[in-house]
Amino acid sequence: MSARMHITLNGNVVEVPEGVSVAAAIAHAGQAFGRSPGGRRRGPFCGMGVCFECRVSIDDIAQQRSCMVTVREGMRVDTDG
Amino acid sequence: MAERYDVLVVGAGPAGLAAAAAAAGQGARVALLDAQPRAGGQVWRHDVGHRAPFSARRHIAAVQEHPRVTWMAQTQVVAAEHGSLLAEDPRRAHWLGYGALILATGARELLLPFPGWTLPGVAGAGGLQALAKQGWPMRGRRVVVAGSGPLLLATAATARRHGAQVLGIHEQATFAAVSRFAGGLWRWPAKALQAAALRTRLAGVRYQCGSVVVAAHGDDQLREIELDGPRGRQRVACDYLAVGYGLVPDVRMAQMLGCRLEPEGAHARVVVDTEQRSSIGNVFAVGETCGIGGRDCALVEGEIAGRTATGATADLPALQRRRRHARAFAAHLREHFVLDPRIRALAEPDTLVCRCEDVPLRALEGLQDGRSAKLATRCGMGPCQGRICGSALAEMGRPAPNGLRPPLFPARLATLAEAEAPAW
Repeated sequence: MSARMHITLNGNVVEVPEGVSVAAAIAHAGQAFGRSPGGRRRGPFCGMGVCFECRVSIDDIAQQRSCMVTVREGMRVDTDG
Repeated sequence: MAERYDVLVVGAGPAGLAAAAAAAGQGARVALLDAQPRAGGQVWRHDVGHRAPFSARRHIAAVQEHPRVTWMAQTQVVAAEHGSLLAEDPRRAHWLGYGALILATGARELLLPFPGWTLPGVAGAGGLQALAKQGWPMRGRRVVVAGSGPLLLATAATARRHGAQVLGIHEQATFAAVSRFAGGLWRWPAKALQAAALRTRLAGVRYQCGSVVVAAHGDDQLREIELDGPRGRQRVACDYLAVGYGLVPDVRMAQMLGCRLEPEGAHARVVVDTEQRSSIGNVFAVGETCGIGGRDCALVEGEIAGRTATGATADLPALQRRRRHARAFAAHLREHFVLDPRIRALAEPDTLVCRCEDVPLRALEGLQDGRSAKLATRCGMGPCQGRICGSALAEMGRPAPNGLRPPLFPARLATLAEAEAPAW
Protein backbone atom coordinates (compact mmCIF):
# COMPACT_ATOMS: atom_id res chain seq x y z
CA MET A 1 0.00 0.00 0.00
CA SER A 2 3.06 2.25 -0.13
CA ALA A 3 2.79 3.19 -3.84
CA ARG A 4 0.65 6.25 -4.59
CA MET A 5 -1.56 7.28 -7.47
CA HIS A 6 -3.61 10.29 -8.45
CA ILE A 7 -7.32 10.76 -8.85
CA THR A 8 -9.43 13.85 -9.43
CA LEU A 9 -11.73 14.15 -6.45
CA ASN A 10 -14.43 16.83 -6.61
CA GLY A 11 -12.33 18.68 -9.18
CA ASN A 12 -9.01 18.57 -7.30
CA VAL A 13 -6.14 16.23 -8.02
CA VAL A 14 -5.31 14.24 -4.88
CA GLU A 15 -2.72 11.58 -4.12
CA VAL A 16 -4.09 8.33 -2.69
CA PRO A 17 -2.63 4.90 -1.92
CA GLU A 18 -2.61 2.39 -4.77
CA GLY A 19 -5.01 -0.55 -4.63
CA VAL A 20 -7.49 0.86 -2.14
CA SER A 21 -11.23 1.19 -2.74
CA VAL A 22 -12.63 4.50 -3.96
CA ALA A 23 -14.36 4.80 -0.56
CA ALA A 24 -11.02 4.45 1.22
CA ALA A 25 -9.40 6.91 -1.18
CA ILE A 26 -12.06 9.51 -0.36
CA ALA A 27 -11.34 9.00 3.35
CA HIS A 28 -7.57 9.31 2.75
CA ALA A 29 -8.22 12.63 1.02
CA GLY A 30 -10.28 13.76 4.03
CA GLN A 31 -13.40 14.36 1.92
CA ALA A 32 -16.98 13.81 3.06
CA PHE A 33 -19.47 11.50 1.37
CA GLY A 34 -23.00 12.44 0.30
CA ARG A 35 -26.12 13.39 2.21
CA SER A 36 -29.41 11.61 2.80
CA PRO A 37 -32.64 12.92 1.19
CA GLY A 38 -33.23 14.90 4.40
CA GLY A 39 -29.78 16.53 4.11
CA ARG A 40 -27.99 14.52 6.79
CA ARG A 41 -24.33 13.73 6.24
CA ARG A 42 -23.65 10.03 5.64
CA GLY A 43 -20.67 7.78 5.16
CA PRO A 44 -19.92 4.16 4.29
CA PHE A 45 -21.89 1.89 6.60
CA CYS A 46 -21.95 -1.75 5.44
CA GLY A 47 -18.57 -1.78 3.64
CA MET A 48 -19.72 -4.50 1.25
CA GLY A 49 -22.18 -3.12 -1.27
CA VAL A 50 -25.45 -3.60 0.62
CA CYS A 51 -26.38 -0.20 2.06
CA PHE A 52 -25.60 2.06 -0.94
CA GLU A 53 -24.63 4.93 1.40
CA CYS A 54 -21.17 5.39 -0.11
CA ARG A 55 -22.52 6.14 -3.59
CA VAL A 56 -20.45 8.52 -5.70
CA SER A 57 -20.03 9.42 -9.32
CA ILE A 58 -17.03 7.72 -10.96
CA ASP A 59 -15.84 8.88 -14.39
CA ASP A 60 -19.23 10.53 -14.94
CA ILE A 61 -21.22 7.41 -14.12
CA ALA A 62 -23.42 8.29 -11.14
CA GLN A 63 -24.67 6.15 -8.26
CA GLN A 64 -21.71 3.80 -7.96
CA ARG A 65 -20.89 2.13 -4.67
CA SER A 66 -17.42 3.42 -3.86
CA CYS A 67 -16.68 0.47 -1.53
CA MET A 68 -16.91 -1.90 -4.50
CA VAL A 69 -14.57 -0.15 -6.92
CA THR A 70 -10.76 -0.07 -6.76
CA VAL A 71 -9.04 3.25 -7.55
CA ARG A 72 -7.31 3.65 -10.91
CA GLU A 73 -4.79 6.30 -11.90
CA GLY A 74 -6.59 9.32 -13.38
CA MET A 75 -10.03 8.30 -12.15
CA ARG A 76 -12.53 11.14 -11.69
CA VAL A 77 -14.65 10.91 -8.55
CA ASP A 78 -17.39 13.26 -7.38
CA THR A 79 -18.88 12.69 -3.96
CA ASP A 80 -21.91 14.90 -4.46
CA GLY A 81 -22.83 13.29 -7.77
CA MET B 1 -25.14 -11.46 -25.45
CA ALA B 2 -25.64 -14.90 -23.97
CA GLU B 3 -23.44 -17.69 -22.69
CA ARG B 4 -24.38 -21.04 -21.32
CA TYR B 5 -22.53 -23.11 -18.70
CA ASP B 6 -23.03 -26.57 -17.22
CA VAL B 7 -22.82 -25.10 -13.74
CA LEU B 8 -23.27 -21.47 -12.80
CA VAL B 9 -22.16 -20.45 -9.31
CA VAL B 10 -23.31 -17.14 -7.84
CA GLY B 11 -21.06 -15.84 -5.07
CA ALA B 12 -17.30 -16.39 -4.74
CA GLY B 13 -16.94 -16.80 -0.99
CA PRO B 14 -15.83 -20.15 0.48
CA ALA B 15 -19.12 -21.85 -0.49
CA GLY B 16 -19.04 -20.71 -4.11
CA LEU B 17 -15.31 -21.39 -4.49
CA ALA B 18 -15.74 -24.93 -3.14
CA ALA B 19 -18.74 -25.52 -5.39
CA ALA B 20 -16.96 -24.25 -8.50
CA ALA B 21 -13.84 -26.31 -7.78
CA ALA B 22 -15.85 -29.49 -7.17
CA ALA B 23 -17.95 -29.07 -10.31
CA ALA B 24 -14.96 -28.23 -12.50
CA GLY B 25 -13.11 -31.20 -11.00
CA GLN B 26 -15.82 -33.44 -12.48
CA GLY B 27 -15.28 -32.00 -15.95
CA ALA B 28 -18.11 -29.45 -15.98
CA ARG B 29 -17.85 -26.06 -17.68
CA VAL B 30 -18.33 -23.64 -14.82
CA ALA B 31 -18.88 -19.90 -14.45
CA LEU B 32 -18.33 -18.27 -11.07
CA LEU B 33 -19.55 -14.72 -10.59
CA ASP B 34 -19.40 -12.20 -7.78
CA ALA B 35 -20.34 -8.55 -7.37
CA GLN B 36 -16.99 -7.74 -5.75
CA PRO B 37 -13.77 -7.06 -7.68
CA ARG B 38 -11.98 -10.00 -6.01
CA ALA B 39 -12.95 -13.54 -5.08
CA GLY B 40 -13.01 -14.61 -1.43
CA GLY B 41 -16.37 -13.35 -0.21
CA GLN B 42 -16.43 -11.50 3.07
CA VAL B 43 -14.59 -13.98 5.26
CA TRP B 44 -11.70 -14.18 2.80
CA ARG B 45 -11.94 -10.59 1.60
CA HIS B 46 -8.74 -9.30 0.00
CA ASP B 47 -6.72 -7.10 2.36
CA VAL B 48 -4.70 -4.35 0.66
CA GLY B 49 -2.12 -4.40 3.43
CA HIS B 50 -1.78 -8.06 4.38
CA ARG B 51 -1.53 -11.45 2.70
CA ALA B 52 -4.60 -13.68 2.86
CA PRO B 53 -4.45 -16.86 4.95
CA PHE B 54 -2.99 -19.88 3.15
CA SER B 55 -6.30 -21.75 2.82
CA ALA B 56 -7.96 -18.70 1.25
CA ARG B 57 -5.17 -18.29 -1.30
CA ARG B 58 -5.27 -22.02 -2.09
CA HIS B 59 -9.05 -22.08 -2.67
CA ILE B 60 -9.07 -18.90 -4.73
CA ALA B 61 -6.12 -19.98 -6.88
CA ALA B 62 -7.60 -23.47 -7.43
CA VAL B 63 -10.67 -21.90 -9.03
CA GLN B 64 -9.15 -18.95 -10.84
CA GLU B 65 -6.41 -21.06 -12.41
CA HIS B 66 -8.77 -23.85 -13.42
CA PRO B 67 -9.10 -24.06 -17.22
CA ARG B 68 -12.80 -24.98 -17.07
CA VAL B 69 -13.82 -22.14 -14.72
CA THR B 70 -14.74 -18.70 -16.10
CA TRP B 71 -14.32 -16.10 -13.36
CA MET B 72 -16.60 -13.05 -13.65
CA ALA B 73 -15.69 -10.27 -11.24
CA GLN B 74 -17.88 -7.23 -10.54
CA THR B 75 -20.83 -9.11 -11.96
CA GLN B 76 -24.22 -8.76 -10.40
CA VAL B 77 -27.39 -10.69 -11.15
CA VAL B 78 -30.33 -8.35 -11.70
CA ALA B 79 -33.07 -10.66 -12.99
CA ALA B 80 -33.94 -14.28 -13.77
CA GLU B 81 -36.11 -15.64 -16.56
CA HIS B 82 -36.74 -19.06 -18.13
CA GLY B 83 -33.66 -20.73 -16.70
CA SER B 84 -31.29 -17.83 -17.35
CA LEU B 85 -29.88 -15.04 -15.24
CA LEU B 86 -29.46 -11.49 -16.48
CA ALA B 87 -26.08 -10.30 -15.21
CA GLU B 88 -24.47 -6.89 -15.36
CA ASP B 89 -20.78 -6.01 -15.14
CA PRO B 90 -19.16 -2.57 -15.52
CA ARG B 91 -19.08 -2.91 -19.32
CA ARG B 92 -22.08 -4.95 -20.39
CA ALA B 93 -25.20 -6.90 -19.58
CA HIS B 94 -25.57 -10.52 -20.62
CA TRP B 95 -27.74 -13.57 -20.17
CA LEU B 96 -26.18 -16.56 -18.47
CA GLY B 97 -27.75 -19.96 -19.03
CA TYR B 98 -27.09 -23.00 -16.86
CA GLY B 99 -27.66 -26.71 -16.50
CA ALA B 100 -27.40 -26.33 -12.74
CA LEU B 101 -27.33 -23.17 -10.68
CA ILE B 102 -25.56 -23.02 -7.31
CA LEU B 103 -26.51 -20.10 -5.08
CA ALA B 104 -23.71 -19.13 -2.71
CA THR B 105 -25.01 -15.65 -2.03
CA GLY B 106 -23.86 -15.56 1.59
CA ALA B 107 -25.18 -13.30 4.29
CA ARG B 108 -25.68 -9.70 5.24
CA GLU B 109 -24.96 -8.14 8.58
CA LEU B 110 -27.85 -7.62 10.97
CA LEU B 111 -27.69 -3.87 11.62
CA LEU B 112 -30.21 -2.57 14.13
CA PRO B 113 -31.27 1.06 14.63
CA PHE B 114 -30.33 3.11 17.68
CA PRO B 115 -30.12 6.88 18.12
CA GLY B 116 -27.18 8.19 16.10
CA TRP B 117 -26.62 5.09 13.97
CA THR B 118 -26.68 7.11 10.74
CA LEU B 119 -23.67 9.27 11.69
CA PRO B 120 -20.57 8.94 9.50
CA GLY B 121 -18.09 6.95 11.61
CA VAL B 122 -20.69 4.34 12.59
CA ALA B 123 -20.36 1.18 10.51
CA GLY B 124 -21.29 -2.47 10.75
CA ALA B 125 -18.85 -4.75 12.57
CA GLY B 126 -18.16 -6.69 9.39
CA GLY B 127 -18.57 -3.33 7.66
CA LEU B 128 -15.63 -1.69 9.40
CA GLN B 129 -13.55 -4.83 8.90
CA ALA B 130 -14.30 -4.71 5.17
CA LEU B 131 -13.45 -1.01 5.00
CA ALA B 132 -10.16 -1.56 6.85
CA LYS B 133 -9.22 -4.31 4.41
CA GLN B 134 -10.05 -1.95 1.50
CA GLY B 135 -7.43 0.44 2.84
CA TRP B 136 -9.64 2.81 4.82
CA PRO B 137 -7.28 4.91 7.03
CA MET B 138 -7.24 3.27 10.47
CA ARG B 139 -3.82 4.19 11.87
CA GLY B 140 -4.15 5.83 15.26
CA ARG B 141 -7.96 5.98 15.06
CA ARG B 142 -9.93 5.12 18.18
CA VAL B 143 -12.31 2.24 17.47
CA VAL B 144 -15.03 0.68 19.60
CA VAL B 145 -16.36 -2.71 18.49
CA ALA B 146 -19.82 -3.73 19.66
CA GLY B 147 -22.74 -6.02 18.94
CA SER B 148 -22.70 -9.79 19.14
CA GLY B 149 -20.83 -12.89 18.09
CA PRO B 150 -17.29 -13.99 17.22
CA LEU B 151 -17.14 -11.55 14.29
CA LEU B 152 -16.48 -8.80 16.84
CA LEU B 153 -13.13 -10.40 17.67
CA ALA B 154 -12.19 -10.69 13.99
CA THR B 155 -13.12 -7.06 13.38
CA ALA B 156 -11.13 -5.85 16.38
CA ALA B 157 -8.12 -7.90 15.25
CA THR B 158 -8.29 -6.48 11.71
CA ALA B 159 -8.66 -2.91 12.98
CA ARG B 160 -5.67 -3.36 15.28
CA ARG B 161 -3.59 -4.92 12.53
CA HIS B 162 -4.25 -1.81 10.45
CA GLY B 163 -2.99 0.42 13.24
CA ALA B 164 -6.24 1.36 15.01
CA GLN B 165 -6.42 1.81 18.74
CA VAL B 166 -9.20 -0.60 19.78
CA LEU B 167 -10.75 0.89 22.90
CA GLY B 168 -12.88 -2.14 23.72
CA ILE B 169 -15.12 -4.93 22.49
CA HIS B 170 -18.67 -4.80 23.82
CA GLU B 171 -20.56 -8.09 23.49
CA GLN B 172 -24.26 -7.94 24.27
CA ALA B 173 -24.43 -11.57 25.46
CA THR B 174 -23.88 -12.13 29.17
CA PHE B 175 -20.58 -13.32 30.61
CA ALA B 176 -22.31 -16.59 31.62
CA ALA B 177 -23.54 -17.20 28.05
CA VAL B 178 -20.13 -16.45 26.50
CA SER B 179 -18.43 -18.73 29.07
CA ARG B 180 -20.81 -21.58 28.22
CA PHE B 181 -20.07 -21.00 24.53
CA ALA B 182 -16.31 -21.14 25.16
CA GLY B 183 -16.73 -24.19 27.42
CA GLY B 184 -18.35 -26.14 24.57
CA LEU B 185 -15.70 -25.27 21.98
CA TRP B 186 -13.63 -28.45 22.61
CA ARG B 187 -15.94 -30.24 20.14
CA TRP B 188 -14.55 -28.03 17.36
CA PRO B 189 -10.78 -27.90 18.04
CA ALA B 190 -10.07 -25.75 14.97
CA LYS B 191 -12.53 -23.14 16.23
CA ALA B 192 -11.00 -23.23 19.72
CA LEU B 193 -7.56 -22.65 18.18
CA GLN B 194 -8.89 -19.80 16.06
CA ALA B 195 -10.45 -18.19 19.16
CA ALA B 196 -7.17 -18.55 21.07
CA ALA B 197 -5.21 -16.99 18.20
CA LEU B 198 -7.60 -14.03 18.06
CA ARG B 199 -7.31 -13.54 21.81
CA THR B 200 -3.54 -13.43 21.50
CA ARG B 201 -3.77 -10.81 18.76
CA LEU B 202 -6.14 -8.82 20.95
CA ALA B 203 -4.02 -8.94 24.12
CA GLY B 204 -4.73 -5.87 26.20
CA VAL B 205 -8.10 -5.11 24.57
CA ARG B 206 -10.98 -5.19 27.03
CA TYR B 207 -13.81 -7.65 26.22
CA GLN B 208 -16.92 -6.56 28.07
CA CYS B 209 -19.97 -8.83 28.17
CA GLY B 210 -23.56 -7.69 28.72
CA SER B 211 -22.68 -4.30 27.22
CA VAL B 212 -24.75 -2.55 24.56
CA VAL B 213 -24.27 0.65 22.52
CA VAL B 214 -27.42 2.67 23.17
CA ALA B 215 -26.54 5.89 21.32
CA ALA B 216 -23.95 7.57 19.11
CA HIS B 217 -23.36 11.32 19.29
CA GLY B 218 -21.80 13.88 16.97
CA ASP B 219 -22.87 16.54 14.49
CA ASP B 220 -21.69 15.54 11.06
CA GLN B 221 -19.26 12.92 12.38
CA LEU B 222 -19.20 10.42 15.24
CA ARG B 223 -17.60 11.90 18.38
CA GLU B 224 -18.82 9.77 21.25
CA ILE B 225 -20.88 6.68 22.03
CA GLU B 226 -22.97 5.74 25.01
CA LEU B 227 -22.75 2.22 26.42
CA ASP B 228 -25.05 0.46 28.84
CA GLY B 229 -23.35 -2.40 30.66
CA PRO B 230 -23.14 -4.24 33.96
CA ARG B 231 -21.62 -1.12 35.56
CA GLY B 232 -24.25 1.26 34.28
CA ARG B 233 -24.00 3.86 31.55
CA GLN B 234 -20.74 5.29 30.28
CA ARG B 235 -19.68 7.57 27.45
CA VAL B 236 -16.65 6.82 25.31
CA ALA B 237 -15.07 9.26 22.85
CA CYS B 238 -14.08 7.50 19.63
CA ASP B 239 -13.55 7.97 15.88
CA TYR B 240 -15.27 4.79 14.70
CA LEU B 241 -17.93 2.49 16.04
CA ALA B 242 -18.17 -0.95 14.47
CA VAL B 243 -21.49 -2.45 15.52
CA GLY B 244 -23.23 -5.58 14.21
CA TYR B 245 -25.64 -8.08 15.71
CA GLY B 246 -24.76 -11.13 13.69
CA LEU B 247 -25.67 -12.24 10.19
CA VAL B 248 -28.81 -12.76 8.15
CA PRO B 249 -28.93 -15.21 5.20
CA ASP B 250 -29.09 -13.41 1.85
CA VAL B 251 -31.98 -15.25 0.18
CA ARG B 252 -33.01 -12.63 -2.37
CA MET B 253 -31.91 -14.49 -5.44
CA ALA B 254 -33.42 -17.76 -4.19
CA GLN B 255 -36.64 -15.90 -3.46
CA MET B 256 -36.66 -14.35 -6.92
CA LEU B 257 -36.23 -17.82 -8.47
CA GLY B 258 -39.08 -19.21 -6.35
CA CYS B 259 -37.04 -21.55 -4.12
CA ARG B 260 -38.83 -22.56 -0.94
CA LEU B 261 -37.71 -20.63 2.16
CA GLU B 262 -38.19 -21.32 5.85
CA PRO B 263 -37.81 -19.11 8.90
CA GLU B 264 -34.46 -18.66 10.63
CA GLY B 265 -35.44 -16.65 13.67
CA ALA B 266 -37.11 -13.52 12.33
CA HIS B 267 -35.46 -13.97 8.91
CA ALA B 268 -35.45 -16.60 6.17
CA ARG B 269 -33.16 -19.25 4.80
CA VAL B 270 -33.30 -21.48 1.74
CA VAL B 271 -34.64 -25.00 2.29
CA VAL B 272 -32.28 -27.66 0.91
CA ASP B 273 -32.09 -31.45 1.06
CA THR B 274 -29.02 -33.46 2.10
CA GLU B 275 -27.53 -32.88 -1.37
CA GLN B 276 -28.00 -29.08 -1.11
CA ARG B 277 -30.82 -29.16 -3.66
CA SER B 278 -33.46 -26.46 -3.24
CA SER B 279 -37.17 -26.97 -3.99
CA ILE B 280 -36.25 -26.29 -7.64
CA GLY B 281 -34.52 -29.38 -9.06
CA ASN B 282 -31.53 -27.80 -10.79
CA VAL B 283 -31.02 -24.99 -8.27
CA PHE B 284 -28.73 -25.67 -5.31
CA ALA B 285 -28.00 -23.47 -2.32
CA VAL B 286 -24.90 -23.60 -0.13
CA GLY B 287 -23.38 -21.85 2.86
CA GLU B 288 -24.91 -18.90 4.70
CA THR B 289 -27.93 -18.60 2.42
CA CYS B 290 -29.12 -21.94 3.88
CA GLY B 291 -28.72 -20.63 7.44
CA ILE B 292 -25.82 -18.93 9.16
CA GLY B 293 -23.17 -21.60 9.65
CA GLY B 294 -19.77 -20.06 8.97
CA ARG B 295 -16.86 -20.94 6.71
CA ASP B 296 -16.63 -24.66 7.48
CA CYS B 297 -20.29 -25.24 6.57
CA ALA B 298 -19.82 -23.16 3.46
CA LEU B 299 -16.81 -25.16 2.25
CA VAL B 300 -18.35 -28.58 2.74
CA GLU B 301 -21.78 -27.61 1.39
CA GLY B 302 -20.17 -26.05 -1.67
CA GLU B 303 -18.33 -29.29 -2.32
CA ILE B 304 -21.50 -31.37 -1.87
CA ALA B 305 -23.44 -29.19 -4.32
CA GLY B 306 -20.61 -29.06 -6.87
CA ARG B 307 -20.45 -32.86 -6.87
CA THR B 308 -24.20 -33.46 -6.86
CA ALA B 309 -24.73 -30.98 -9.68
CA THR B 310 -22.29 -32.99 -11.81
CA GLY B 311 -23.61 -36.41 -10.79
CA ALA B 312 -20.56 -37.35 -8.69
CA THR B 313 -22.34 -38.63 -5.60
CA ALA B 314 -19.94 -41.42 -4.53
CA ASP B 315 -18.24 -39.58 -1.67
CA LEU B 316 -21.26 -37.74 -0.35
CA PRO B 317 -21.78 -39.59 2.97
CA ALA B 318 -18.37 -38.51 4.33
CA LEU B 319 -19.03 -34.91 3.27
CA GLN B 320 -22.49 -35.02 4.80
CA ARG B 321 -21.02 -36.13 8.14
CA ARG B 322 -18.62 -33.17 8.02
CA ARG B 323 -21.54 -30.92 7.20
CA ARG B 324 -23.53 -32.09 10.25
CA HIS B 325 -20.57 -31.39 12.52
CA ALA B 326 -20.09 -27.92 11.05
CA ARG B 327 -23.80 -27.14 11.31
CA ALA B 328 -23.75 -28.25 14.98
CA PHE B 329 -21.19 -25.50 15.63
CA ALA B 330 -23.58 -22.98 14.10
CA ALA B 331 -26.33 -24.17 16.44
CA HIS B 332 -23.94 -23.90 19.41
CA LEU B 333 -23.19 -20.33 18.38
CA ARG B 334 -26.86 -19.38 17.97
CA GLU B 335 -27.76 -20.90 21.30
CA HIS B 336 -25.27 -18.76 23.25
CA PHE B 337 -25.36 -15.44 21.43
CA VAL B 338 -29.11 -14.86 21.75
CA LEU B 339 -30.01 -11.18 21.43
CA ASP B 340 -31.00 -9.31 24.55
CA PRO B 341 -34.57 -8.04 23.88
CA ARG B 342 -33.60 -4.48 24.85
CA ILE B 343 -31.51 -4.27 21.64
CA ARG B 344 -34.68 -4.49 19.54
CA ALA B 345 -36.07 -1.50 21.43
CA LEU B 346 -33.13 0.92 21.19
CA ALA B 347 -34.65 3.03 18.39
CA GLU B 348 -36.56 6.05 19.63
CA PRO B 349 -39.57 7.57 17.81
CA ASP B 350 -37.34 9.98 15.86
CA THR B 351 -34.59 7.42 15.10
CA LEU B 352 -34.36 6.83 11.34
CA VAL B 353 -35.19 3.24 10.52
CA CYS B 354 -35.11 3.42 6.71
CA ARG B 355 -31.74 5.08 6.20
CA CYS B 356 -32.17 5.53 2.43
CA GLU B 357 -35.42 7.48 2.66
CA ASP B 358 -34.94 9.05 6.12
CA VAL B 359 -38.03 7.39 7.59
CA PRO B 360 -38.21 7.63 11.40
CA LEU B 361 -39.69 4.87 13.54
CA ARG B 362 -42.56 7.18 14.48
CA ALA B 363 -43.79 7.30 10.88
CA LEU B 364 -44.31 3.53 10.88
CA GLU B 365 -46.58 3.43 13.91
CA GLY B 366 -50.00 1.99 13.16
CA LEU B 367 -49.06 0.66 9.71
CA GLN B 368 -50.13 -2.96 9.41
CA ASP B 369 -47.77 -4.37 6.80
CA GLY B 370 -44.67 -3.67 4.74
CA ARG B 371 -46.69 -2.60 1.72
CA SER B 372 -48.60 0.09 3.64
CA ALA B 373 -45.29 1.25 5.11
CA LYS B 374 -43.88 1.62 1.59
CA LEU B 375 -46.92 3.46 0.26
CA ALA B 376 -47.24 5.80 3.21
CA THR B 377 -43.59 6.52 4.03
CA ARG B 378 -41.33 5.14 1.24
CA CYS B 379 -39.78 2.85 3.87
CA GLY B 380 -37.67 0.29 2.00
CA MET B 381 -37.94 2.05 -1.37
CA GLY B 382 -34.48 3.59 -1.49
CA PRO B 383 -31.42 2.26 -3.30
CA CYS B 384 -30.75 -0.55 -0.78
CA GLN B 385 -34.24 -1.84 -1.60
CA GLY B 386 -35.03 -2.59 2.04
CA ARG B 387 -31.95 -4.70 2.65
CA ILE B 388 -31.00 -2.78 5.80
CA CYS B 389 -34.37 -1.66 7.20
CA GLY B 390 -36.15 -4.85 6.11
CA SER B 391 -33.91 -7.10 8.20
CA ALA B 392 -33.95 -4.59 11.07
CA LEU B 393 -37.75 -4.29 11.15
CA ALA B 394 -38.18 -8.06 10.89
CA GLU B 395 -35.82 -8.52 13.83
CA MET B 396 -37.75 -5.87 15.77
CA GLY B 397 -40.98 -7.80 15.15
CA ARG B 398 -42.49 -5.02 13.04
CA PRO B 399 -43.97 -5.07 9.54
CA ALA B 400 -41.05 -5.10 7.13
CA PRO B 401 -40.94 -4.14 3.46
CA ASN B 402 -41.22 -7.35 1.46
CA GLY B 403 -42.48 -8.31 -1.97
CA LEU B 404 -39.33 -8.66 -3.96
CA ARG B 405 -39.29 -7.89 -7.67
CA PRO B 406 -36.60 -7.45 -10.27
CA PRO B 407 -34.21 -5.78 -10.74
CA LEU B 408 -32.55 -7.39 -7.76
CA PHE B 409 -30.13 -4.45 -7.62
CA PRO B 410 -30.39 -0.97 -9.11
CA ALA B 411 -29.29 -1.58 -12.70
CA ARG B 412 -28.41 0.47 -15.78
CA LEU B 413 -31.20 1.19 -18.25
CA ALA B 414 -29.14 -0.50 -20.95
CA THR B 415 -29.15 -3.70 -18.85
CA LEU B 416 -32.91 -3.64 -18.47
CA ALA B 417 -33.24 -3.06 -22.20
CA GLU B 418 -31.20 -6.19 -22.97
CA ALA B 419 -33.17 -8.49 -25.28
CA GLU B 420 -35.24 -11.30 -23.81
CA ALA B 421 -33.68 -14.41 -22.35
CA PRO B 422 -32.52 -16.73 -25.13
CA ALA B 423 -34.25 -20.07 -25.70
CA TRP B 424 -31.24 -22.32 -25.14
